[in-house]
Amino acid sequence: MIQPQPWIEGRLPADSVITTTVEQAINWARQSSIWPMTFGLACCAIEMMSAGASRYDMDRFGAGAFRATPRQADLMIVAGTVTYKMASRVRRLYHMMPDPKFVIAMGACTVGGGPYFKWGYHVVKGVDLVVPVDVYVPGCPPRPEALLEGLMRIQDKIKAHRIGKTGDAAWFKPGEKVEDRLPLPHHTGHVAAPGPQQARTDHQKIKG
Amino acid sequence: MATIAEIVEALEESGDVVATSTFRGDTRVVVLPERLAPVARRLQVEFGFDMLIDVTCVDYLQYPGARDRFGLVYSLFSTESNQRLWLRVFLNEPDLEVDSLVPLWESANWMEREVYDLFGIRFRRHPDLRRILLPEAFTSHPLRKDYPLQGRGERHHLPVIERGES
Repeated sequence: MIQPQPWIEGRLPADSVITTTVEQAINWARQSSIWPMTFGLACCAIEMMSAGASRYDMDRFGAGAFRATPRQADLMIVAGTVTYKMASRVRRLYHMMPDPKFVIAMGACTVGGGPYFKWGYHVVKGVDLVVPVDVYVPGCPPRPEALLEGLMRIQDKIKAHRIGKTGDAAWFKPGEKVEDRLPLPHHTGHVAAPGPQQARTDHQKIKG
Repeated sequence: MATIAEIVEALEESGDVVATSTFRGDTRVVVLPERLAPVARRLQVEFGFDMLIDVTCVDYLQYPGARDRFGLVYSLFSTESNQRLWLRVFLNEPDLEVDSLVPLWESANWMEREVYDLFGIRFRRHPDLRRILLPEAFTSHPLRKDYPLQGRGERHHLPVIERGES
């Protein structure tokens, strides 16, 4: 039989009160309910759907509620090739999203044009030319784990957000906002390389 | 309910058909460009082809044995009798114009725009003949066989999208 492992049940007296900071509470709420916009443009969308389905289950991170309208979404996962025709629509949808909003560029095409970079006559060379991108997820297409990693990086970014003000201005009077902290990975699958990397094959060397 | 063979026979009697062929049960009817709209209307009204599945085009440039440059393909379907028929229209430069079938089937609207966008074939009396896939500033038709594989550098003339402007 599996023993229940309570993380908070049975640890506090019955009439306990917990105090926390506004910043922590708001950031916790924001990072735990990042609602992405349904925004599949090409084959990367298949991996995005896979990340949202039961095996990888983006709902574990509170980001499984794909909204069909930008007005209810916090996160735009640009999954797929952005054409010039689509670029103006991408920006329009981005502007329709309420703040705070985040963008993940998913896949090689959105990161920098991908296979269409050199001769493609119809593909925008990176969606960061159209909207500001928070996290780049490379791959063609990226595995769902990679997208989840990108999502966790967004959560780190939200966690590092400061909402307080500087100075000692009167209570609830608007002042200068405290600068955000640098995002730190709260859990990571990143393994540091043991030393300077050598290009294994010729095409990995940057020429010209 | 007329069979496909009877329909083809009726079309041939009226003198609209240039050639017909059958391959694995699919029948193809070639008509002249100026007779396309009347034939399509007859197929819709008289023989009940109430659905236009697809409009597409083939560029036969340097194709072995081909005499015409462009071949339009109209795929028709009858939801009542479950029959299919393919209409072919061949076009040559410089006369790349054919009647639009939007008055008969609304579904022709975007498909004809796509053919116009990628092959440069104009459809007379089309209600809204604009580019559908490529940006408006594009100048050529990239699915033509004489379009270079590496493009003509159109993207260098497209308006640059910058992050700041909206």
